[in-house]
This record gives sequence, C-alpha cells and structure tokens, in this order.
Amino acid sequence: MDLPIFHLDWLNNRFLIGIIAVLHVFINHPLAVGGIAFVSTLEWWGRRTGDARWDKLAYRIMTTFFVITTTIGAMTGVGIWFSAGLVNPIAIGSLIRVFYWGWFTEWIVFVTEVVLILIYYLTWKSWTAQGDAKKRSHIRLGFGLAAASWLTMVLIVAILGFMMDTGTWLRDKSFFSAFLNPAYLPQLSFRTPVAMMMAGGAGLFLVVFFTRGDREFRMKAVRAIALWQLCWSPFAFLGATWYANIIPSTMIANLSVANTTQHFAEWFSIVKQLVLYVTLGGMVLAAWAVIRPQWYPRAMYFVPFIGFLFLLGHFERVREFIRKPFAIGNYLYSNGIRAQDYPLLQKEGMLKHLTYISAREITPENQVRVGKELFMAACSRCHTINGINNISSNLEAMYGKSKTWETDVVANYFVAMHKTRTFMPPFPGNDDERKAIASYLVWLQTNRDEAEPAQSSGVTIPKTEQQPGMAQQR
Amino acid sequence: MLLAQIQSAAPIPRDIPLPLPAPEWLLITLLVVSFILHILFVNLMLGSAVLTLIYEIRGRKQPEYDGLAYEIARTITVNKSLAVVLGVAPLLSINVLYTMHFYTANALTGTAWILLIPMIILTFLLLYAHKYSWEKLREHKGLHISMIAAAVLLFLMIPLVFLANVNLMLFPEKWLTVKGFFSALLLPNVFPRYFHFLCASLAITGLFLVWYVGRKQFNLAERLPQFEKNALRKQFYSLAFGVSVAQFTIGPLVLFTLPERGISAKMVVTILSGAVIALPALWYMWKEITSQEANVGQHLYRIAGLFSLVVVAMASGRHLYREEALADHRTQMKIKTEAFERASVEALKERMKTLGKEHPNVGNMTERKALALQKGECETCHHPVEWNEEMQAPPMSFLAAHTDLSPPIKAGASHGETVFVQNCGACHAVDKKLIGPPLTEIAQVYNEPNGIVTWAKAPGKKRPDYPQMPAFAHVPETDLKAVGEYMLQAGKR
Repeated sequence: MDLPIFHLDWLNNRFLIGIIAVLHVFINHPLAVGGIAFVSTLEWWGRRTGDARWDKLAYRIMTTFFVITTTIGAMTGVGIWFSAGLVNPIAIGSLIRVFYWGWFTEWIVFVTEVVLILIYYLTWKSWTAQGDAKKRSHIRLGFGLAAASWLTMVLIVAILGFMMDTGTWLRDKSFFSAFLNPAYLPQLSFRTPVAMMMAGGAGLFLVVFFTRGDREFRMKAVRAIALWQLCWSPFAFLGATWYANIIPSTMIANLSVANTTQHFAEWFSIVKQLVLYVTLGGMVLAAWAVIRPQWYPRAMYFVPFIGFLFLLGHFERVREFIRKPFAIGNYLYSNGIRAQDYPLLQKEGMLKHLTYISAREITPENQVRVGKELFMAACSRCHTINGINNISSNLEAMYGKSKTWETDVVANYFVAMHKTRTFMPPFPGNDDERKAIASYLVWLQTNRDEAEPAQSSGVTIPKTEQQPGMAQQR
Repeated sequence: MLLAQIQSAAPIPRDIPLPLPAPEWLLITLLVVSFILHILFVNLMLGSAVLTLIYEIRGRKQPEYDGLAYEIARTITVNKSLAVVLGVAPLLSINVLYTMHFYTANALTGTAWILLIPMIILTFLLLYAHKYSWEKLREHKGLHISMIAAAVLLFLMIPLVFLANVNLMLFPEKWLTVKGFFSALLLPNVFPRYFHFLCASLAITGLFLVWYVGRKQFNLAERLPQFEKNALRKQFYSLAFGVSVAQFTIGPLVLFTLPERGISAKMVVTILSGAVIALPALWYMWKEITSQEANVGQHLYRIAGLFSLVVVAMASGRHLYREEALADHRTQMKIKTEAFERASVEALKERMKTLGKEHPNVGNMTERKALALQKGECETCHHPVEWNEEMQAPPMSFLAAHTDLSPPIKAGASHGETVFVQNCGACHAVDKKLIGPPLTEIAQVYNEPNGIVTWAKAPGKKRPDYPQMPAFAHVPETDLKAVGEYMLQAGKR
C-alpha cells in the first residue's frame, strides 16, 4: 500500500522468493547444518582408525561443502532478505521489527560460524601435519563449528514457525511469545535430523567421485555413511510425526473458521506420504548399504540425496502454502495488508490510502486504468497479468474462454472469494474498487496489456498532489 | 520555505505501525559500527582483487609479481566471507531504522538490486576458480587472468547498485522521477561517492598488505624470495599514500555534489575533522616511504589508528547527513501513520459493534468494560474468543476468523441471503449460470434445504461442463440450512 510495487510479471513474485529460498535450504541443510557435523565425524573416525584415507575423503568433501556454502549458500541467505524486501516488504519489515534481536543474535552466531569454518577448513592440512595433539584440537574445532551451524537453525526456525502461527504474540506482542510459537519445537526436531541425513546423502553422492580406483575403501565409506544416516533416521521419523500432528491445529488457528479445505487436505496427505516414503525409503537403503555394501547399486549413491531434496522442496512448498492467506498468521495478509486495516479500507476505499496511485476517484474514463493499479496493489503479490498464474487463465477456467466475461459477475466474485478459495485474502477495498478491478480484468479478455512495475516504470501520485506547495492533506 | 516546498512534492508513505525493537540511539550505534566493520572487509576484498589482477598481468613480464599476485589472491577467501557475514547486521539495522526509505529505493531499482545476488555468487565462484587453478593454468595465463578480470569487472559494478540505493533512499522528492536503476544511478553524488569508495578500498588494502607481508608468520624469504621486505612494504605504502592524496580532491567533490538539504554545520564539522585527522596519517606514511632505516613499518599502527578515526568521522558525518536529509520527511510520515492508525482502530471498533449484533455473546463481551480478560466461545460460529480490555484494538484472531472481513453487503438481507452472498454468490446467481448453476435450476433439483446442506458439505462432480465445487464444511450447519432455505425460496420465484 505504501511502497512502489516491484513486480516480475513473467516469473511471478512468489516464485522469485521460492527459487532463492529453496536453493538456500538445499545448501544450508545438507552442507552446513548437517554437513559440518558429518565431516567432523568422518575426520574423527579417520583419526580413530588411523587410516589416512578417511582424512583425505573428509577433506575433499569439506572442500566441496566449503566452496558451495561460502558462495551460493551465503549469498542466497542474503537473497531471501533482498527478494522478500522487494516482494512483500511490509511482511519482512514487520518480522524484522519483531525479531530484530533474534536476528541480531543469529548474526553473532553467523559470524562465529564463518570465522570457525574459515579456521577449520584453512588450517586442516597444516594442523594435521603438526601431529596428533593438533589433530585432536582440529577435530574439536570441527564439532564446535558443527554446534554453531546448528545454532543458526535453532534461531531461524523460530521465525519460520512464527509466520505460520503467531501464538500468543497477537495479544502480548512480546519477543519470547513470538519466539516460542507453537510450531517451533516440532519443526526444529524435524529439520535437525533431516539435515543430518541429507548431509549423509550428499556425502554418499561425493564418495563416487572421491574414492575412484579404491573399491575396498569405497565399500567402507559407503557403509560408514549409511550407518550415519541410519542413526538419524528414527529421529527424522519422530520429528516428522510430531510436526505433522501440530500442523492441523496451527492451521485451524489460522484459517477462517475451523476448516480443512480440499486443497489443504490434499497437500497435507501428499506431504505426509512423502515424508513416510522418503524417511522409510532412506532407512531401508541405508540398512542395505550397512549390511551388504558390495551389493549396493551404484545408482543408489545418488537416489537418497535427490530423494531428500525432493522431500525438503515439497515440504517448503507446503509450508508456504498453508501459511496462506496470511503472510504473518492472523496479522498480515499475503497481499501485505494488515487484517486490522480491513474495516477502514473497505469503508473508505484503498484509493484514499494508497501512496502510489494516479487518481483518488474512479470515473468512467479512468476505471480500467485505476482498476489495473488496484489490481497491482491488491493482487499482484500472487497473480500476474501474462506470466505464471496469470489472472486471465484463472478467469478462463472459471468463466470460459469463449464466453464474454461480465464485470458484475467478476466483481461479485470478489465478495466471497476468500470463502470459496480459502487461501486467498478477503477483498480489501470498497464496492467501486471491486468494480474497477473487475472492469480491468474483463477488459483483459479482449486487450493485451503489460505490467508497468516500479523497477522499470517508476511510480506516480495524483497530479494534484505533485505540485510543489500542495502538501498531501488527506 | 523552499525546503518545505521540495518536501511536499515527495510521496509520503506510512510507516510500519510496529514499535522499534530498541531505543533509536542504540540501533543507530549498531548500524554505524557494524557498517564500518562490513565496509572494511568489502574494501579489502575489492582492493585485493584489483591488485591481484594488476600484479598478475605485471607478472607476465616480471615473474616475481605472479607470486605476489597469488599471495594477495589468497587473502580474498577470508575477507570476502567476512564482508558478506558482517553485512547482515547493518542490513538488519537499516531495515528497522529506515524501513520505508530503504524498501522504496530497493523497489525502484529492483532489477539491479536482485541481480546483485547472482552477480556476487558468480564473482565469488570466479575468485575460487582463479585461486585454485593457479598451477593448473600456468600454461594458459590468458585464460587465468581473464577469470580475475571478470571478477574485478563484476566487483566494480556491484558497489554502483548499493550506492544507487542508499543514495536514492535519501531523496524522496526524486522518487517520482526515477525510472529504473540507471536513472537512479544518474542522480547527483552517486559517482563521486563511487570513486571515493574505490580509492578508500585501495588505500585500506595497501595498508593491510603492509601489515600482511611484514608479519613474522609471513615467511617472505620462502614465499616471495625475489622481494625485499622493506621495499615491498614501501611499495604498498606508496599505493595507500597516492590514493589517499587523491581523496583530498574526490572528498570535496562528494561533499559539494550532495544535495544541500541534508547539509548541517554538525555534519560538515564532523567530515572536516575526519579530513584533518587524515593529515598526520599522510605525514607518517610519507615518513615511512622516505625512511632510510631498515625498520619500515614502525608507524603502521599509528597510521591505522588515525585512519580508523577518519573512517569513524566519515561514517558519522554520513549518518548525520542522512538524519538531516530525512528529518522533515520522517516527521510527515509519522503524522500520517498515526492518523491512519487512529482511523483504522475507529473503523475496526465500528465493525466490531455490527459484528457484536450478529455474534451476540462476543458483542456483549466488547461492551463489558469491567472484566480484564474474557475467554469463551462465540455461540454463533463456535470460534474461541479472547478479549482483553486493556488492549487498544479488538481481538484480531476473532475478527480475522469471522465473516466480518467480507466486504459489507446490502442492508436488510435475511441471514440466509447474507451467508449466501458471502459464501456462494461468487459462483451462483438467481437465474444465470456464473460458475455453478443458477438457483432456479438448483430449486428444481432439491425439494428441501437438507439436501443442499449435505451436498455443500461434501460436493461431488455431477455436471461434466462445470468445475467441481469446493466443500463448505467450515460453514456452520445452521448457516448452511438458512442458505438452503434462501436458495429454494429465491430459485422458485
């Protein structure tokens, strides 16, 4: 409402955050949170067995993890903020006001993590050469780093949980009630073992490349890594069960009246099955590799990791989906408008309160133009004009491609939109504004239009307010 | 007077109506301090990349410089990781302190802003590839140098995006004129500041290298046998000295191209005292460069200390400018935000009153001032309610969970019609097919409302040419029955 509208019409704004966030999670879970604990364990095992091949393998895996986490991993983390600041700035801005100290603490943990990872990786060879006492310190350093990496997850998951269920924060607005929201601990106890198992998956993946020409050692490595996965898999299963049981009650608190919509029920059952298949499948494969590593098929070196990526990607999608229609549960809708402001906006209209708009009144002449601007303000966080999830294809599915769409019918739809499509927010404006958006959408059936987003077309305010000396007295 | 006029042509957004997480002075301190730390490592990362490129090219004719380039390249791994991670804290702080200004600038330069992420990733990957392929590509120097050249080119573009942003956020009166990143880049002050930053990067990297190659742990005789320590340190001192002297012409240019609105006596004095502190630092550097003695580097910590003071003064001056430039605009934003907040709460209370009539026991709760906390269930829709009298606003969870966020409908409608319009009207009309069949058709299929209730709770798919209806099990049965009655009555007419 108060910010220039950044909009990617071809890609869809949510998709932008989605790509960056999923990429970040794909790196952060297996290669950092789980990865460091995994590599340290390998290094520890190498010292225990006295077989230098373990240390070499651990170092090579660490090199891969190091290069990826300090480039794509680190920058996609920043990228989530950048993209959220563009796509739903009010949501991320509100979250930062609530969680400033949580994030600040996380920053301190991050700095610790980065300093330790630099020391850990860059001193590996020199400390190893300096004898056993130094090697032991190096291994201890590795476990310290593993703890720091895990702590970053401990902190961030609280914020993720908060977006789904704000718990008692809406009443007391305190940091701790926000931090210890109902979804927090179950989600953490799911993500932790999954990260550990994924690290094993990534390790198994790399073993193929790093044990060439030494089949005997490869069998040993496969067996050790599978054992690692097997140890974590019951925890992953328990965590997933706890988390799966908490989701419905969270959503009951969120969704308009206690309902499980068709969509939600479908998604939820899919994800439940997926968790079951992937964790159990991972368990079976790991058991196979532990018992008979020499019979373990080569393709299966890659399958667990890809399976886990698939699970995690799907999991994040569902988490995002069930958050709808809110960006912050019960507080802020996904369109960036506070639930509290609805009565005012519905009474007085959005036009009166939008900062960037070309007119404050709807006339027959400007109806389509203003309708488009209102569409951008109220709908463009999820819908596009021509790209992914474009609004015309939605209307075609509802009203038919060949039939002429009617403004009144479309405008009428907005009244009950949030009741039939419970993942959508209610309409935030007045009757004239509903009709203006509807007239723009109907106009789209026969006209081609392009988005004019702020990042290329800039912003505007009504002409009368642009004159110097005429302050906006609204 | 003129200033007020300029200000009024600027858009005035409302702020996020949540309190700051800490006293403003604390957030400002954290912003300035963490930003200095961040930019220090950014300077080192950029400066080292540039020097690596220059020395590696020089190394083609003078092989000893290839070794020097490699030693400098090795420092980038640590410096770039710290630069990124230290950037999180100032980003966090600028987000809370200048929320709307920062996000506005981000959105207006959105394409370039989000491209920063892949650009920085690519640069870092190039730097790793360059460092780790030094031996492998010894016979393919051209290819090897082109990697660092590409990284440097990207590094030189990246600051422009940041500078365009932090510059644009200071000038709300320019927000209406900016059309994309390149036009934001052309606003005054961006380029002078850019060159100021580049020179600072080289100066700081020069001093850093004086320290780096002079350390006891740095075994110069083994790592760079062709170089003599004092001569090498003098070479880095000369670089730092040269660009620092250049700053005395670029600095004033930065100051003079700043729009005058944010300039205050306090700010100018702070900046100038920074420049004055830089003079003894230059003097000590000069002494080191011209020193005939063996112990070059004896003044290094003194120089570093003085330069730290210069940086603190410049960053503080920067902050004073920002505060002054945005003071009027922020006041206007505050007034607008508070006015909106009052209107929002009023409208909400009004809506709660109407709602109280539809949901009587909850409505009564809002009237009862005596009770501190009320807990219960709405008898109409069975949603749990908590109402705290001390709260300024009514319970949002209740409001959001109720029908009342639907746009208001016509007065005098029956309960059945109200629920119908709010839940079914999107797809069903009286005598016209919208998405689902009209009521006239439905009334022919059903004789009594219970059939409609059963269907609405778990709809199937009967008609091949219609999309399947979503379930309405979340609507209370009494409401569905009222809807059924209304549908039959309206459809038979």
